[in-house]
Amino acid sequence: MDFFLLQLLTGLASASSLFLVAAGLTVIFGVTRVVNFAHGSLFMLGAYIAWSILSRLPRTPEHFALGVLATALATAAIGALLEIALLRRLYRAPELLQLLATFGVVLVVQDAALWFWGPVDLAISRPPWLRGAIEIAGLRFPFYDAVLIAVGPAVLGLLLLLFHRTRWGLLVRAATQDRDMVAALGVNQRVLYTSVFALGAGLAGLGGALALPQGSANLQMDLAVVTDAFVVVVVGGMGSLGGAFLAALLIGVLQAFGIVLLPKITLVLVFLVMAAVLVLRPHGLLGRPQTAARSEAEALAPIRPAGAALQAAGLASLALAMAAPFVVGPYLLTVLTEAAIAVLFAASLHLMMGPGGMASFGHAAWFGIGAYAAAFATKALGGGLATGLLLAPLAAGTMALVIGWFVVRMSGVYLAMLTLAFAQIAWAVSFQWVEVTGGDNGILGLWPQGWAMDPRAMYWLALALCVGGALLLRRILFAPFGFALRATRDSPLRAAAIGLDAPRLRLAAFAIAGAAAGLSGAVFAYAKGSVFPTYMAIPHSVDALVAVLLGGVQTMAGPIVGAVAFTVLQSWLLTSEFWRFKLGLLIVLLVLAFPGGIAGAAAAAWNRFRRYQP
Amino acid sequence: MPISRRTLLAAGGTSLAATLAAPALVRAQSTSAPIRIGEINSYTAIPAFTVPYRMGWQLAVEQINAAGGVLGRKLEVISHDDAGKPSDAIRLAGALLDESRVDLLAGGFLSNVGLAISDVARQRKRLFVASEPLTDALVWEQGHRYCFRLRPSTYMQVAMLVDDAVKLNAKRWVTVSPNYEYGQSLVKWFKALMTQRQPGVEFVAEQWPALGRIDAGATVAALAQSRPDAIFNGTFGPDLTNFVRQGNTRGLFEKRGVVSVLTGEPEYLEPLGDETPEGWIVTGWPVESVTDATNKAFIEAYRAKFNEMPKMGSVVGHAAITAIAGGIAKTGSVDTEAMADGFKGATFPTPFGPALWRAQDNQGTLGTYVGRTAMKNGKGIMVDWRYVDGAAAMPTDEEVRKLRPG
Repeated sequence: MDFFLLQLLTGLASASSLFLVAAGLTVIFGVTRVVNFAHGSLFMLGAYIAWSILSRLPRTPEHFALGVLATALATAAIGALLEIALLRRLYRAPELLQLLATFGVVLVVQDAALWFWGPVDLAISRPPWLRGAIEIAGLRFPFYDAVLIAVGPAVLGLLLLLFHRTRWGLLVRAATQDRDMVAALGVNQRVLYTSVFALGAGLAGLGGALALPQGSANLQMDLAVVTDAFVVVVVGGMGSLGGAFLAALLIGVLQAFGIVLLPKITLVLVFLVMAAVLVLRPHGLLGRPQTAARSEAEALAPIRPAGAALQAAGLASLALAMAAPFVVGPYLLTVLTEAAIAVLFAASLHLMMGPGGMASFGHAAWFGIGAYAAAFATKALGGGLATGLLLAPLAAGTMALVIGWFVVRMSGVYLAMLTLAFAQIAWAVSFQWVEVTGGDNGILGLWPQGWAMDPRAMYWLALALCVGGALLLRRILFAPFGFALRATRDSPLRAAAIGLDAPRLRLAAFAIAGAAAGLSGAVFAYAKGSVFPTYMAIPHSVDALVAVLLGGVQTMAGPIVGAVAFTVLQSWLLTSEFWRFKLGLLIVLLVLAFPGGIAGAAAAAWNRFRRYQP
Repeated sequence: MPISRRTLLAAGGTSLAATLAAPALVRAQSTSAPIRIGEINSYTAIPAFTVPYRMGWQLAVEQINAAGGVLGRKLEVISHDDAGKPSDAIRLAGALLDESRVDLLAGGFLSNVGLAISDVARQRKRLFVASEPLTDALVWEQGHRYCFRLRPSTYMQVAMLVDDAVKLNAKRWVTVSPNYEYGQSLVKWFKALMTQRQPGVEFVAEQWPALGRIDAGATVAALAQSRPDAIFNGTFGPDLTNFVRQGNTRGLFEKRGVVSVLTGEPEYLEPLGDETPEGWIVTGWPVESVTDATNKAFIEAYRAKFNEMPKMGSVVGHAAITAIAGGIAKTGSVDTEAMADGFKGATFPTPFGPALWRAQDNQGTLGTYVGRTAMKNGKGIMVDWRYVDGAAAMPTDEEVRKLRPG
């Protein structure tokens, strides 16, 4: 019983920490709709800045509080700067493009922090008051954890006061409900958005600063925190502070007891909770359906088959790609093989995300399932290349069909996060089921035998299957199915009125996308000779998102251009110093220059050019 | 001539393509050309270890070249960052072999990255010297002719600690270790060796925090709840700092023996600062108190070049280069097949003293220090330490034969 109480309190303390990070994220999302990937980076900066400040101050409680507040103000200023310099320019851009921009920021901050604070983990020395414990039921409970338990509800209370008792809060709530109406009433949106973003960033910094006494400021904390923060926000209902608090409590307490009963559940617990909550409540615990911002994605012209010039350009690139092995060296050939695989991977995500309107944060799941299916076909069944390549899309497509049944009824970020939850569960299975999957050491020695041993043959195979697959997906979008799918995205009511079965169409699209991603995963497994859980991990899902958004989600050529550009850029930069900084900066600049993606910008330029022709 | 933006873009594109496509310049393989080592490591993913590691190998290359190189040829290291991803490491390994025309591959921190590069080496029949990855699979289950590994493996680290663990005479043990292959392997071996050595030992609870995201308060409370006599710890880095802080405050370590892997390494001990728990039995490196000539010479040279104290990573980086140099010197050439035979039994100097490549499983005998943690002037140090040679921490040759197919 005493232990139960102690563990409950411990859970409440971590719930408070979770809430502090998630609060900022949910405030930002509620108003600006920005899916802020850089929230973890702001948290990390908070911890580092707090270290820089606190290690120079006397170690009294007053100075500690002062230092933490100063940190929150500093990160708020960084957040305001980020909003003014970058995100403000992107509110009218296609949905989720801000995600790409903030991903660039994540990369830049990682290298900047390494350069500025160095590689060693930085911890502050705890004075006795921070180190002490209080006695509860004969057991010791850290005094600082008790402080944290109080800080969470206090911050919640202050935020609720701010939102419900001030004019600024009134405007923010109005903007959360209908930002176009608020703009029409003459409210200066710019100031409102900047201040909201600064508030959210400040909360992230506060969370980072308050986490410092429990551990260290280190370079891994950004990514460790950001997924948990997203989970809390989504489980609570995006934009809902009370929901975020409830979700943090649920997850914090479940975690505290979960690891006692099932110690190995640490990898996957939060995602199990998220999947369960979202299946039962599609908008989170306290969330409401998103009111669509009026400017988004409605007035897009229907897709048209490529014009003669574009077709010629496409054919020419394909001919060039086919001739590549005669021209380029073996290393570039590997890069091109990976680019071909990335093309199919990105095109499969694009099918769901563009015309299907279902953005996925967990698309790597299907890629990974395909790769593992190929590995099992080779290792367990003793099959050859053909068996694996056949089995992979079947396995991934079937899994996608099953999971899709839960997913396609949802929409927006909730849908994306549910796919992430399933991807993380699949990842955890591949990671922890060591007897079958080899755990994180993966399955090795899948190099194909015979003719495919030659890297050139492998390249042509990848080109045929992946570019062929991508063209097939493109063909599907020009079929009645594709147009019906788009209709369900653009106007669900009208689509239903003419008898389109939206869930079935979306489910079919989901399964096709899964199967195609599975095929790309199988080709990757053979090209690399091995499979690892990293193929299903979040960074790989992000790769696909980046490729699609970089190319342009509303163009047919977007995923192809984006995948090739991103693969080539990444492999080119990876061998240079501070590559993350350069890649991040480049992504940010590309987003600013081409909000419609590279292919979108090219199409716009082509149209302008044509208009001037006689 | 006015330069339009389009010309500039085209020029940029061409030069990018040229950089990527540049077929490796035909390099004369004369005896005076440098010996090229292709090095891959997780420089951005694990900077706390790999940045000092890079400084270590840079020092070794400089020293060896100043002394005339190997076989009369200079050493040259071409180093890339794998971003912590095995798939990137595989591509880079290809780049190093095909474009940079390296004579052998080296590096690796994460076990899965090490195994991925090792698999490329097996497929391409090229030599790979794994410096840091600790997984046993590298030289045992997945071991092969072309893969050599320098550092003491998870088995060896545990075997070095078991003597002192038995002396604690503790009956009820709990374990806490990160939830991935390294952590699982540590606990597996610790349980196996303890059960062998101390009949009646009990393992009453285990905790498996996810790497980099330990819920320290709940983990510490759950361990304390089992009322153990002693604790075996495999966490390191940020997780260890969180774990130690919660454990100190909640009194988990009071009157309990703790056996902890890697905790004595400067990169992991330093962040513990004035919270370093006293009396933990650890593997590591007492960089402050070693007195022998080889250690001293290394530390002095390192401080002279970089103006900071070396870390364990620096030692591994330095030894990786001297171990390769030793192997090549004994072989007398950089032909892969000759090196795969010649490295076996080759001796080489390291900051910790002489070591060799074992013939039976391609494992290096570089050892590590075993001692106890203590605090001095608000900093963690190692006391009562001794050096354990890697050869002394291996299972019998017969067991190794069973573990290593082929």
